[in-house]
Amino acid sequence: MSTATQSAPGTPAQRQEQQSVRSQRRLPRFAPLGLYLGGLALGAALSALTGFSLVTTVIYGVALGTLAVYVAARAVEGRRQATDRLVTCLVTTAFGIAMVPLLSLVYTVVTRGAARFDGAFFSNSMFRVVGEGGGAYHAIIGTLIITALTAAISVPIGLMTAIYLVEYGRGRLKKAITFFVDVMTGIPSIVAGLFAFAFFTLLFGNNVRLGVMGAVALSVLMIPVVVRSCEEVLKLVPNELREASYALGVPKWRTVVKVVLPTAIAGLGTGITLAIARVVGETAPLLITVGLITGTNLNPFDGRMATLPVFAYYQLTQPGTSPQAFLDRAWTAALLLIILVMALNIVARLISRFFAPKSGR
Amino acid sequence: MAKRIEVSDLNIYYGNFLAVEGVNVSIEPRSITALIGPSGCGKSTFLRSLNRMHEVLPGARVEGKVVMDGQDLYGSDVDPVDVRRQIGMVFQRPNPFPTMSIYDNVIAGNRLNNKRMRKSETDELVEKSLSGANLWNEVKDRLDRPGSGLSGGQQQRLCIARAIAVEPDVLLMDEPCSALDPISTLAIEDLMAELKERFTIVIVTHNMQQAARVSEQTGFFNLNGVGQPGRLIEFNPTEKIFSNPDQKATEDYISGRFG
Repeated sequence: MSTATQSAPGTPAQRQEQQSVRSQRRLPRFAPLGLYLGGLALGAALSALTGFSLVTTVIYGVALGTLAVYVAARAVEGRRQATDRLVTCLVTTAFGIAMVPLLSLVYTVVTRGAARFDGAFFSNSMFRVVGEGGGAYHAIIGTLIITALTAAISVPIGLMTAIYLVEYGRGRLKKAITFFVDVMTGIPSIVAGLFAFAFFTLLFGNNVRLGVMGAVALSVLMIPVVVRSCEEVLKLVPNELREASYALGVPKWRTVVKVVLPTAIAGLGTGITLAIARVVGETAPLLITVGLITGTNLNPFDGRMATLPVFAYYQLTQPGTSPQAFLDRAWTAALLLIILVMALNIVARLISRFFAPKSGR
Repeated sequence: MAKRIEVSDLNIYYGNFLAVEGVNVSIEPRSITALIGPSGCGKSTFLRSLNRMHEVLPGARVEGKVVMDGQDLYGSDVDPVDVRRQIGMVFQRPNPFPTMSIYDNVIAGNRLNNKRMRKSETDELVEKSLSGANLWNEVKDRLDRPGSGLSGGQQQRLCIARAIAVEPDVLLMDEPCSALDPISTLAIEDLMAELKERFTIVIVTHNMQQAARVSEQTGFFNLNGVGQPGRLIEFNPTEKIFSNPDQKATEDYISGRFG
């Protein structure tokens, strides 16, 4: 009961003083854990009454454990400590609940996607494959080409818009642009796809499917994300640096290019990489603008292309002669998308680490 | 090199708010002019209007004349960028460019303006400017290290080196020592005494002893109340201001009987 006071350092006099200040009794350190384990055991028993299942065991156990910790703390430590413990339990439980779908998703995709995570998947296309075998080479290449094209369209537009908003914009035009960028952030991806579809249909007539159409559709989604993240990063550049540059007789545009952008480069790189990660797995707009083919098409300006999300969708919905082979390929495509997004996030972190201004003493 | 600045009937605005009203003053070349006064009275605003840094803020504007060597700095055909190349500035908080090394910080004024220089020329300029700012001996072995790794006083001297590297005619200093300890302050005051041989220096300071120590001329700014414009109450030789000022308000402020 006196663990807190025993472990407190100091002279005997200090210790005595501390004891008078904090004579409160504490629960033993491992008591909450023990109570939770007890709760889980009881939960398992309760669950067994209605036919045992892991889910109900955990639900009963966590509820009982929380209740037990609260009651025990209330009895031993008093009201304030008990409330503290209760809130700690609730917050931890909420975190656990949030992690469940994520872990479950990663686990499922990894176990099921591993079956076809082999060399053939990366080197073969689906050309003339109706059963087993085949791969997603064409879809991987297609996703890379279309994403690169999207970035090539969105990054200059988005970055320059952000520079305008932070360095030059004022008054109504700035407010209007900010407002519409916010609206664009919320556009459903299918609407972006329909926009690109309608736009290219007007230009080239019916039934046109091009890789670049997908890039345009994805740009509609990516530009506002780039603008937003770059704007926030540029705002973080201290105004003193701009003034220092102006005071040296440097014109404004040169100040932006040579002082503001280099100072913000780490944040800009991170923001852009995360924006790419945001669009790389988009399915709906690509489904209606790029379509799908079974062979490899490297030219985004000529005909349909395959992309990983659409590939996964069609493997799942239109299996050929061997449903299991198609299902396996769909899972592997999903696994590859997750790996891609994770890799982009890691790249973003590396960018922010290596390009950050060095304080270097 | 050093030039005289004549200011006449200068009104300085933030949007519709008149911040400083009716300043008439003549700033002598090759001397140090100090500006003192309570916070918010417009000293820094006035200083920033001398090299057209004031108008960088949205809505800020200036009426009146600032004439340097017979040329009105606010004339319609004058490019503010040219003005700032002739009138350098050192700020309250040291602000070296964090992405650049010490070496690059010193030649930033030239390099950012894409002035082509040979390596031997830039080496010479860096050594000359850093020596001029009394920093050369402390940093000559680590010129390729980031400027932000220096101490506060060293950073401020680096900023002074950066400002004098572009060879301005006038150097404006906006409370350059307020973020520094007494030893760094002394270093910068000694530096100012050397620099006034070559430049016209205007310094804003809250430290009246500093104004008395370093300056030849002193201007006292004050305002009647919140929301009122600041005015130049008195402008006289420093000795006179601190011994026998013309105005009662100046005497009250200097002797600490103010407000």
